Formats: sequence, structure tokens, C-alpha cells
Amino acid sequence: MSTISVRSGRWRRIRALVVKESLQVVRDPSSFVVAFVLPALLLFLFGFGITFDATRIKVGLVVEEPTPESQEFVASLSNTRYFDVRQSSSRLSFVDDLSAGKISGIIVLSGDFTERLARGDTAGVQVITDGSDPNTAGLVTGYVQGAWQSWQSQRNFASAASAPGQIDVQPRFWFNPELESRRLLVPGSISLIMMMMGSLLTALVVSREWERGTIEALLATPVGTLEFIIGKLVPNFILGLCAMTVCVLAALFVFDIPLRGSLIVLVGFTAVFLAVALSLGLLISTVARTQFVASQMAMLVAFLPGLYFSGFLFEIASMPAPLRAFSVIVPAKYYVRGLQTIFLAGDIGSVLIPCTLILVFMSTVLFVLTARNTRQRLD
Amino acid sequence: MVSPLVSIEGLSKVFAPNAPAAIQALTTEIKAGQVTGLVGPDGAGKTTLMRLMAALLEPTEGRIAVLGHDARSEATAIHDEIGYMPQRFGLYEDLSVMENLTLYADLRGVVGDERKATFERLLAFTDLARFTDRLAGALSGGMKQKLGLACAMLKSPKLLLLDEPSVGVDPISRRELWKMVYSLIDHGVGVVWSTAYLDEAENCAEVIVLNEGRVLFQGDPKAMTAGISGRVFQVHGAGADRRSLLARTLASPDIIDGVMQGEAIRLVTAEGAAEPTPQSIGASSVVINNVPPRFEDAFVAMLGGQPKRTLTAPGRQPERHDGHAPVEAKSLTRRFGDFTAADHITFEIARGEIFGLLGPNGAGKSTTFKMMCGLLRPTEGAALVDGLDLYMAPSAARARLGYMAQKFSLYGDLSVAQNLDFFAGAYGLSGAKRREAVARVIDAFDLKAKLHQNAGGLPLGFKQRLALSCAIMHEPPVLFLDEPTSGVDPLTRREFWGYINAMVGRGVTIMVTTHFMDEAEYCDRVGLIYRGKCIAIDTPEALQASVKSKELPHPTLEDAFIALVEAHDLRQQQAAA
Repeated sequence: MSTISVRSGRWRRIRALVVKESLQVVRDPSSFVVAFVLPALLLFLFGFGITFDATRIKVGLVVEEPTPESQEFVASLSNTRYFDVRQSSSRLSFVDDLSAGKISGIIVLSGDFTERLARGDTAGVQVITDGSDPNTAGLVTGYVQGAWQSWQSQRNFASAASAPGQIDVQPRFWFNPELESRRLLVPGSISLIMMMMGSLLTALVVSREWERGTIEALLATPVGTLEFIIGKLVPNFILGLCAMTVCVLAALFVFDIPLRGSLIVLVGFTAVFLAVALSLGLLISTVARTQFVASQMAMLVAFLPGLYFSGFLFEIASMPAPLRAFSVIVPAKYYVRGLQTIFLAGDIGSVLIPCTLILVFMSTVLFVLTARNTRQRLD
Repeated sequence: MVSPLVSIEGLSKVFAPNAPAAIQALTTEIKAGQVTGLVGPDGAGKTTLMRLMAALLEPTEGRIAVLGHDARSEATAIHDEIGYMPQRFGLYEDLSVMENLTLYADLRGVVGDERKATFERLLAFTDLARFTDRLAGALSGGMKQKLGLACAMLKSPKLLLLDEPSVGVDPISRRELWKMVYSLIDHGVGVVWSTAYLDEAENCAEVIVLNEGRVLFQGDPKAMTAGISGRVFQVHGAGADRRSLLARTLASPDIIDGVMQGEAIRLVTAEGAAEPTPQSIGASSVVINNVPPRFEDAFVAMLGGQPKRTLTAPGRQPERHDGHAPVEAKSLTRRFGDFTAADHITFEIARGEIFGLLGPNGAGKSTTFKMMCGLLRPTEGAALVDGLDLYMAPSAARARLGYMAQKFSLYGDLSVAQNLDFFAGAYGLSGAKRREAVARVIDAFDLKAKLHQNAGGLPLGFKQRLALSCAIMHEPPVLFLDEPTSGVDPLTRREFWGYINAMVGRGVTIMVTTHFMDEAEYCDRVGLIYRGKCIAIDTPEALQASVKSKELPHPTLEDAFIALVEAHDLRQQQAAA
């Protein structure tokens, strides 16, 4: 057999496998679910369900001795969108609600509130919070401090007696001026979804061949390992890009996330990441012989590390050293960083180029491992 | 001297370090231009040997050369030249017939004019030309099998390996497949056909009988059968007493094998033993004829005859509910949308009778069976046990029946004793009653020896005994069996039916579904289910007699089955025309 006919045989086999795989994708409702429904569902769940911004936190407000000044501060607290305020004259009436978790904090204006104010002393405000939920507790404290400061500056402005030499801080938040957590969460969710979906797609299609016994007939033909792998990768790669399109459209038009970078960079960067996710799925499939095991493994190897170590939900810098070290090998971490950059900042080469190189390296390693471990035999 | 297609020397295959070898020190040859049957019970190593020959498994020890290529180092060359049809046929069920063919043609490099000619030839050969657009998953078992064969034959292989091609395929398709395979032989192809059905061995030029990974016999099946000619007899005229007569006869050391064949008993005598006479078997009114041996007779004789065990019939005689047939199907109908899976099926089973529901896969057998068990609601009609409707009074009716599923439905991770205990509890037995019931089946089915072993690791025969004991824990007067011994080796099958016969002797009523002719031979009466209809109900002999003709002076039950189905199709066509 001449080299040329071997080569053309190889291309013909790859094309045949790609066609077969594509037909199966089109006819199999579960690929459609994994590629379109699952991403949309997860994105809406993360986009609408999770937020780090608090509004209308239920708090109890205790005013021990009403004075015009205290009433003024109470009004400014009640008028923010952060608090849902209930008022009473005794803190005792709120203690039970706080223990029961019905309110997230108690704000107490002490009896000497007006005197302290007049003296220019520290504020006569006590904040009691539910420490079992540190996040909300921190928010309540922060918002009360913010409310106190803005009320103070309003009073000073009203009395036109701005103290000389006072520093005027005017914060500017770059990239996300509204400080909306959704803008970070949506690109983060997209990367998590792509990780999960990419690895699930390939892991499932190979284990399905084992489950249905078709792998036996396939291996008994002249198909080689590389041809088999490419035949699985190509159609699922296209399917993955379709899923990405769904996610990006939802991000732009449903969640109003700006796209400051260019579309071409977004697609290219995603393609590189998709190669990592799909290869990881193929690597899983070299071990898993049933779809059940394959999906469990994809969950464990792709989704959970992506959730915890990609840095979009949990701050990696505050993790213990061994976990920080582990996060280095989580591909989703680099994709999150790149994706957030492309969406919110633009095509920043200093971020995107290192991330891309790392992802290319990872996909190469995974691909080589898969090619070496894919069985040409049944045992 | 033509060189063999496959030569195997000292081959062993071990899957796990401590597991017993699947193939042990096997040496053999496969010749060209003939069908070689690979025969043996479940777990004998047939599939392992097939996969080793297809270079899909790596030998642990020894050497295989396929068409001159070493299976270890030249797997690709072997894949290029052989055709292999795995169990379940290796088809993509979500691709159409043509898409499956095209895929395998591309993979095997059959292109251009060659492809066109090959497709034409194979589609005509398999009679699939009308169905090229149909999804493979929507084909019948027989059609899938033919498509699988077509895919395996695309590149005109010199060696064709067929792994249990006849499992789950009805007798008609099975015959067609044999015809197709014979026409390949005429073109010089060597075929290896593995099967658990011993009657298929008689179609092979050469058989390799495998048991526990070793070759028991290799050679012409006719030579093997001829070895016991003159030692096989049929006993006619024993009537209702025939089951106990069989049990009595088997106790004699002169008789090494005995099975039911409809109203007759088939006996095989020990080597050198005297011919059985009505006096010697203690039944004066019977007629005994010498009959030609079958492959199965020789197979069982080679394994030393069937195990002799005195059966203690389990439990007490079931109470009688006079005035009602124990099992009754009244115009049972079930529709799924437009499709009528069971169409006004009516039959009655008498007390102490074994009734068989016989039919090809997809004929409506399982649908009928599920309605009889109360697992599926009939669209019309009723299923009754002891006069109780399985839908009007489900728990009272179900308490009277025992059910043994086709697949091993016990808990593999529980011990024998734990399984027994669990099933006793599931039937609502508790306290002293439960202990009594468990002790009774342990005694009756001889389960004591392995009481504390996990059920999953037991030999097949023991598993079956355990499954049967669990199904009859509550001493039901009616027992339903779903393909109880298909794919089971002949010895285990004999042992199982020994228990069933003993239970029938005490008046238990049995209904069994099967597509397996040997099982049907154990039945008193058979209902033939085809395309949702019950097209014939009678004793096996009467069904055989009804198709007797000049061409077929001694029809087997399978012949009868095929002739009745064909006659039904003909009537349908005439009615349509």
C-alpha cells in the first residue's frame, strides 16, 4: 500500500467518523440538552440567583430617646434601598428575631446620641449583627457606616460649615463603575459552563459507544487512535462553539454585560479553552465505560474545581497555600481571568497572552495523555 | 494442505490477577471454507476467544496467528482483513441502514464503483434494500442481525467472526442467516459462529466445544453424535405420569440423561447399559423407540450425564379454589398509541399444567406476560389468577403467584441467606413464619453449602436455584417464568426443569414465556404469539402434527413454529388482497 493511499484512507476515515458523530449529535436530544439547555439554565441560575450586592436587608432599629437629630438619621437610614427597617424603643424586642434569623442586625441609637453628636464625639450608634452569616453581617456594618458618613456630610453641607482641611474622597471604580457583581459573575459562569459542558460532551459520547457495544465493531476496523479522537473532537468542538454563542448572546442582551474586547479575540480565546475542556472529557472517557461514571467524573474533575478554584466565586488569594497551589492547574481559572478581561476591560494582551499560552500547554498535555491512554483493544 | 485461517497455540487469557482464567492453555486451528461452531454454555469463554481472534484483546500467554498475522503485534493488519460481528451486532441505532453501511465502507476503504457494487450485492443478499432509510434502532432483531452481517462483510473478508449471532433472533431469521452464511462458504470464506444453542452445532462442519475456557471436543459434530448412536430412546404413552416417570428413570445408573419432549420422554443410556424396556423403567403401558441422537445428547453424555440429585419437592400442596382455572387470560388487549402489542389474547391454564407462551421477539409475548403479572394495565380484557382479577384485586391475586424474571434479579452484594430473608420479608412473612419459609427452601433447594456467600459470585445453576427459591417463598399455587433458561448450559437447564417438574407434580401451575424451542418442549401446551395475536394453542405434538407434510415427515417444534407463522402471514396477505 502506498503512503498516499494510507493518507487518503486516513482522511476518509476521519471524515466518515465526523459525519457519523454529527448525525448522532443532530438526532440525539441529550447532546442538544447538554449543549444548549444546560448552559442557558446554569447561566440564568448564576446570573439572576447569585449576587454579592445586598438590597432590603431586614434590620431592627432601636431609638432609645427620640430627638430631632436621631429622627433625621433614622430617616436617612430608612430611605436607602439597602435596609428594610422596623423600629422600636427597646433592643429586647429584637433579640429573639435576631436569634431566629428573621432580621440580620439591630441598629441602636443610644440615649446620648444627640449629646455625643453635639460634642463631636464618636457616634452613639451600636450595630449588633448575626455573626453566623459574616457576609451579610459585614454588609450591614458597612452600609450603616456609609449611611452615617453621608448623613454627617449632608449635615455639614446643610450648615455650610465644611471643616477646613477635610479630605474629600471621590472614588472612581474602573471597568465596573456600578460595582455590579453580576458583571463579574456572568463571565465567570460562562467559563464554568463551558468547562462542564465541554468535558461532559466528549466523556459521554465515548462512554456511550462502550455502553452500546458499538466500540467493539469500530475497533475491529482499521480505525486508528488519532482518527478516533479527531472524529470525536471536531463535531463536539462545533457544538461547544454553538453553546458559547448562546452564552454570549445571553450575556450581552439579557444581562447587559458590556463587551469591551473584540469578538474575534473572544472566539479565539474560547476555542483554545474548548480544546482543553474537550480533551479533558476524552481523557475521562479513557477510564469511564458507562455514561453514569463519565458524568460523575466530569462533575468531579471539571465542574467542582471550576466552581471553587476559578476565582470567580471564591477569592483564591485568601485560600491556604496548598489550595492556592492546586488552583494553578485548574484551566477554568485562566479562562475566567481572560473572559472577565475581554468583557469588562478589552483586549488586554498582558493578561490574555499568558492565559492563552497556559491553556494551549494544558490542552497539548491532555491531548497527548488521551492519545496514549485511548485503548486500541477492549482490555 | 491449505494453511489454517487461525492457528492458536497454548493460548491463555486472564482478566484479573486472582480471577480464574477465561481461556486456559488452548491450542486449536480454524480452517478455511467451512463453518466452525464455537459451542459452549454461558461463561465458557466463547466471546473472549472471539475477541482474541479479532485482536481486540491481548493474549496473556500463548500465540494466535490470524491470516498469518500475529494478533499481538499486527492487530491493524488483522482488522483490515477480517469481518467481525460482535454481540448486539455493533450497529449505530441512531443511524439509518444506509448510513451504517456508508460508515463502515468508509472505515474499511470500500469506495467508488467497488462500493456501489458491494452495496447492491449486500442489500440484495440481506433483503434490506427496501429499508435503507430506516434507523437501525427501528429494525427487528432479525433485520439488525442481517445489517450487522452486511457491515462485517463489506470488504469481502477471508475470515468472518460472528459472536452469538442468533441470540434474541426468531427461528425464521435464524434459518435465513444460516442460508446466507452457507452461501459465503461457497465463496471460500471461513466462518466462526459462536452459540449457546446446541442445535446450531449440527449445522457446522466442525465444532469446538468449550467449557470453562478449555476445549472439550473438536471435530465433526456428526462424529460426536454418532458416538452415542443406539443409546438414545424416546418413551411414548406415559401420559400425565410422565414427569414423575422421568424423575424415577433418572435415578437408575443405566440412564445418564433424560428430558421432556412434549408428551414423550427422551432418554440416553450409559455406555454398555442394556436397552431400557417398559419393565426396566417400571411403566408397563409405554412404548419405547430407539431414535437418532442429537448433538445435545452427545454433549451431555460427554460431560458425564446430568447431575443426579434426589429432589425434595418444596412445600405443601397448594390449596384448591374450585370452579376457577388457576390462570386465565380473557381477551387481553394492550395498545400503545396506534400500535396493538397484544390483540385479544385468550387462554386458560389448567391446574398442574405447564403452559408456554412462544413467539419471536417483539411479537407481544412480554406485553402479555406483563399484563398477566399485573405489571401492565390491559387496554381491554382481563387477566385472572384463581378467578381474581389482577387489576380489581391486585394484592390478593399477586399473593397467589410467584414470578421469576429473565435476568438475575437478586441482590448480588447480599449473601444467599440475606437474599432469602429479604424476599421472605418482601412477601410479608415475619417471625416464625419467615424462619420456617426460609428453612424450607434452603432444605428443598439444597442451598445450605453456600448460605453465607454473596449471591453475585455464585455459579449460574446455583443462582437460578436461589432465584427460584425466592420466587416461591410464599408457596404460590401459580408460578410465572420469563425465559428462565435461555442461554443457560444444558446441564443447568436440566437441573432447573427437574425442580419445576417436581413442583408441577404437586399441582403448581406454571406459565413460561420463551423464544427457545427446547424450553417449549417442556410445556404441556403452547400458545404461539405472533404480531400481537395468539395464532395457535395446542400441545407441542399436535402443533407438530398439524404441519406434517411429504417434505417434512418429522417436523420439529421449530419447523412447526415456522410453518404456522408463514401460514399466518399468507392468510393475512390473502385477506389484504
